[in-house]
Amino acid sequence: MRIAIVDESGLRATILEEGLREAGFDDIHAVPPTGAFVARLERLAPDVVLIDLGTPSRDSLEEMLAVSRALSRPIAMFVDQSDESMIGAAIDAGVSAYVVDGLRKDRVKPILDLAIRRFNAFARLRTELEEARTALADRKKIDRAKAILMEQRGLAEADAYTLLRTTAMNQGRRIADVADALITATEMLGGPK
Amino acid sequence: MTPISVAFLPLTDSAVLIAAKAMGFAEAEGIDLGLVRDTSWANVRDRLVYGQVQAAHMLAPLAIAVTLGLSQHPAAIAAPFKLGVNGNALTLSSELAAALDPVPRSRILDPTATAHDFAAAIGLHRRKPVIGIVHRFSSHAIMLRYWLGFAGVNPDRDVTLRVLPPSLMVEALHAGEIDGFIAGEPWSSVAVAEGLGEIVAIGANIWQRGVEKVLALRQDWMEANPETVDRLLRALDRAAAWCDDPANRPALAELLSQPHHIGQPAEIITQALSGQLPIARGEEPIESPDFLLFHREAANFPWRSQALWIYSQFVRWGLAKADASAEAAAANVFRSDIYRRALAGGPTPMPGASMKLEGALRAPLAVGSDRGTLTLGPDRFFDGRIFDPAEIHDYIAGFEPTR
Repeated sequence: MRIAIVDESGLRATILEEGLREAGFDDIHAVPPTGAFVARLERLAPDVVLIDLGTPSRDSLEEMLAVSRALSRPIAMFVDQSDESMIGAAIDAGVSAYVVDGLRKDRVKPILDLAIRRFNAFARLRTELEEARTALADRKKIDRAKAILMEQRGLAEADAYTLLRTTAMNQGRRIADVADALITATEMLGGPK
Repeated sequence: MTPISVAFLPLTDSAVLIAAKAMGFAEAEGIDLGLVRDTSWANVRDRLVYGQVQAAHMLAPLAIAVTLGLSQHPAAIAAPFKLGVNGNALTLSSELAAALDPVPRSRILDPTATAHDFAAAIGLHRRKPVIGIVHRFSSHAIMLRYWLGFAGVNPDRDVTLRVLPPSLMVEALHAGEIDGFIAGEPWSSVAVAEGLGEIVAIGANIWQRGVEKVLALRQDWMEANPETVDRLLRALDRAAAWCDDPANRPALAELLSQPHHIGQPAEIITQALSGQLPIARGEEPIESPDFLLFHREAANFPWRSQALWIYSQFVRWGLAKADASAEAAAANVFRSDIYRRALAGGPTPMPGASMKLEGALRAPLAVGSDRGTLTLGPDRFFDGRIFDPAEIHDYIAGFEPTR
């Protein structure tokens, strides 16, 4: 079974491809949705197309599937009538599958299931990475703000942090935002960099 | 508060939905409107069909196509409210535009001559012209076919129609992948501002009151939630009136320009709102006050005859087979009955009829209305044809066969 993955994120495509190979599929092609990707897909004549719903090129793909004379069998979106929640899960995860006419449902479902799981895992990974980045940036800001308070007000490190925290609590803001404001103000007043 | 999610694409004519949320019209009707910005019409369609959203900003022909089972999984779609009238433009590369009338504004003002000039230019162009359309079932694609067909051009043979998302049209024109495109605003204005193309035709001069986007609901959901639907339509009616008021244009342009809405500069978006569009770099803007209507003239009223006109074009171009039950199903997508129920007793005058001749008005006409005066604007097709929904078969047969 030939599977094409249309995804703007090369990293996610690779993660999905690995998963499919582990599951025993070996005829897999990643096709980024840029340039003449529709013509490339047409030449590939895949049995299954997994497409990232975030790409605006999905309408172009559907048009090719509707009019292509090069494809020997029509390809349509995979819809399992008995399980509409699966389509909901696929849309939530941001992936959709197109399959050739006549391909058995029980052969397609595990592929889409796997795609949904990998897409979700990728999204979680990205959120965690983003959170880690924010946490690191926040800590740097707080350290700098503490240093400013220690230098300008002669506070001990623990007291500088307490002051930042109390101010944040009183104003209903995040400590990092208070720290950020302090850094900006100090820079504008020509204080220590 | 009733939560309702609505999917939309970043286009100027999503304005009514965006204003309904941002200006508090939805909230005033007890609706917590959630806007879901999407990237393709296929996504918007799937979110609606599979119940991820309750409502969608949708191309009117796509709503009909989904109902007729012509676009993936069939589902009965109902359109009880049009989100606007007109708003499209055909933009060609400067190279292809150079084969038309040398005075850019003359091209816009005389779509008949421009259609013939375009037909003559096809053979002279270095390749078969590739024209970008946003979807095979887009209002603009149907309008382009109508315009080309008038000049004897077979859109399926003499040009290549290439489906591309609106947001990628400008880039594709720049890369030379297409020779022009027809799409909703702001994309033509963006192409002109970047000096990549020239607007050679506007929808309002091809069909003066052309159908464009609709509010699409799933029919079963609409029938199960009549009270919520009525509140939603009342909120949209108020939002549409707000969008149509020239005094609110700067605020609307600013609102639409925000990155989570359209994300293009407010001054570019304003061009379509005011109908003052630069059509080529360095040219004085044209004045087209009816370039995009949001509310006046009962713009939101879903005339069943307009759904039938769209169906007539599907049959004409072989996109659908002529079939009595399909014809009835297509007409039934435009739910003027729901519009009437929801807005009865409100401030917006509505017409007494639900079908009319399309293309018969050469001048504004006061028509029968439940209250006050309702004036319908001129709605001519550029070729002067009139669509009588009762004579749909003769109408379709009257077009020269091009295939």
